[in-house]
Amino acid sequence: MSEYLTFLWRVVRISFQGSWKFYAWMTLLSVVSLVGLHAYARQVVEGLETTGMTNQVSWGAYIANFTFLVGVAAAAVMLVIPAYIYKKQFMHEVVLFGELMAIAVIIMCLLFVTVDLGHPERFHHMIPPFGIFNFPGSILSWDVIVLNGYLLLNLHIAGYLLYCRYRQTQPTKKFYIPFVFISIAWAVSIHTVTAFLYVGLAGRSYWHHPLVPSRFLASAFVAGPALMILVFQVIRRFVRYWIGDEPIFTLRMIMTVAMIINMFLLGCELFTEFYSPTQHAAAAHYLYFGLHGHNGLVAWIWTAIVLDLVGLALLITPISRKITGLNLACVACVVGIWIEKGMGLIIPGFVPSPLGQIVEYLPTFNETLVCVGIWAFGALLYSWMLHVAIPIMNGSLRARPEIASSTQPSS
Amino acid sequence: MNENPQNSVSPKTIEQVYQPVTRRTFLKGTAAAMAGLAGLVAALKPLLALERGEMTLDDLLQKHYRELKPEELQRILRELEARCAREHGVQPVIRDLKPLPGVEFGYALNLTRCIGCRKCAHACLQENNQSRSSADDIEMSYIRVLELKKGAINLEESDLYYNPQTVPQKDKYYMPVQCHQCREAPCTKVCPVQATWQEADGIVVVDYNWCIGCRYCMAACPYDARRFNYRKPNLQSARINPNQSYLSNRIRPKGVVEKCTFCLHRTRDGKYPACLEVCPTGARVFGNLLDPDSEISYILKNKRVYILKEDVGTLPRFYYFFDQ
Repeated sequence: MSEYLTFLWRVVRISFQGSWKFYAWMTLLSVVSLVGLHAYARQVVEGLETTGMTNQVSWGAYIANFTFLVGVAAAAVMLVIPAYIYKKQFMHEVVLFGELMAIAVIIMCLLFVTVDLGHPERFHHMIPPFGIFNFPGSILSWDVIVLNGYLLLNLHIAGYLLYCRYRQTQPTKKFYIPFVFISIAWAVSIHTVTAFLYVGLAGRSYWHHPLVPSRFLASAFVAGPALMILVFQVIRRFVRYWIGDEPIFTLRMIMTVAMIINMFLLGCELFTEFYSPTQHAAAAHYLYFGLHGHNGLVAWIWTAIVLDLVGLALLITPISRKITGLNLACVACVVGIWIEKGMGLIIPGFVPSPLGQIVEYLPTFNETLVCVGIWAFGALLYSWMLHVAIPIMNGSLRARPEIASSTQPSS
Repeated sequence: MNENPQNSVSPKTIEQVYQPVTRRTFLKGTAAAMAGLAGLVAALKPLLALERGEMTLDDLLQKHYRELKPEELQRILRELEARCAREHGVQPVIRDLKPLPGVEFGYALNLTRCIGCRKCAHACLQENNQSRSSADDIEMSYIRVLELKKGAINLEESDLYYNPQTVPQKDKYYMPVQCHQCREAPCTKVCPVQATWQEADGIVVVDYNWCIGCRYCMAACPYDARRFNYRKPNLQSARINPNQSYLSNRIRPKGVVEKCTFCLHRTRDGKYPACLEVCPTGARVFGNLLDPDSEISYILKNKRVYILKEDVGTLPRFYYFFDQ
């Protein structure tokens, strides 16, 4: 017990030790997070009127970001599978970064849902025995279970492995391997259940579509690994932890396959909507070409499509075998999918409204600040976790510093 | 291992972690904590503008409507009355009316007769104490009247904001849409906290003190029948209807969803809904579906009845019918 308290104390200590660059980065993120919090406090006082949402478009940027991020969290599984199922040693060296990212991103997801609530202080209404949990009827209550479950799984796995590394003992398999395998299935479930949130609504024909969950997973397995590759570059450049090229190129392969599937499914969707356009294609028409002179999303979606195509072209050609080319592909894919899955999926579900009206949506300045604040807070959380985890991983922060470390990486 | 100036954690820093806290580190830490705290307080400053009584412990601890004991409910009703009197200067009577036994409400609307005058939409606003920015602002009304081109029932071509000199226009017909009180209601199914449910007489209600404001029900509704209070309701005291009930037209807090309840504070009291009473053409028929002799039962048996979006499988209790 006292050893664990010492561990926690050292974690606290190291959180506040670092180079000036580290301080500058963390201060910047803290300030932006606080600006977001300030915007949110204004929203709490004035109500959701501070957002661009209306009775017709009743979900907006918050839910769009939430949807995108659930995919990123699920994509941690793309590091876990090669490491634990295909037993690739080089993936074991980085799998923790994926799990930590999942933790940070799930917390962002929960924040995005919370800021979307009209009465966040009534959150306990979901938690028995204080509240009533509409289970299994409401897919939202399923989502609460799977997201929090995924958070706990990753907290346990990452926390346990880090603590073992800190004590320089071998982790006991039965304490974490079963959870690793559960987390693989669980990762798929978080994104599938989130897709079912939308697919389950028969009144919204744009969402009521069996392809949506598959596309969710495919695009998540592009955007998640793409973000991981970018993070690995940052770690390689700034931090004392060697990441070889192998994990990066394994992720590149995963991304490429997922992107091909994603674009194929997109093609299927476009064919179905436009070859024999029914009244149900109105939302897709609004998204891609505008409807009755309203074309608020047209520029967005075509930007996304172009970025997706550029990303795909870079991935399937040798250009992305070079790191610069790969980084470019990753940025294109992340931005493209963020638009496509956020604004491109959520907003057209509401336009036109079920009664045929077209009310367009644009996030307000305050709403944007809240979003930026949550992104900054997520980055802050992840930076902090890496800052603490990496010295433990490379053996420089350990329980008994007087004994020479044996787990030092060979680099 | 070589020294790299770019490392975020150098061996020297690690060394410090193992040492006891020095005076210098302590002071640095305290200064940083103070700066952080100041930033946090500054960020949360807008919360000072929260009105007193907007978030009370009683509100937080209140149970779901269906779990309240009668005396608890009575206390809450009196509190809500006092709050309305305090905030709006109008003393209301807030009742809790239960569904009548042997009653299932149904509503039918005659599309041949409706002239699109929007009197129902305005009456709804008067009756149900919705928020409005001006007397003419019917955005929060539970009834949306659509203008459609004759020759088809094409909602996509409909116009909600029609504004000619006179109605009806020759080549147009009109379709008021409000909550269909569906038997298979998608809205109640998706609510994560059961803040909205179907009562024994078929009316779908919302407990405004339980709703968390996630708006999933709005996404689920195929009839655009739900409204959200994006801000604190804006109401002129002179326009407040003091005849209120807990599950229908009492003044809502901000951040909750509301909807048509077939005016249950009237209909469970033996009166007609406000929208029916005001209709100048008699296009609206309301009654008990379980009574074979009611007018609504006659219409369902004898008229050409149209169900809006029947393909969605919601089985509404709201019907449209035609004369010729």
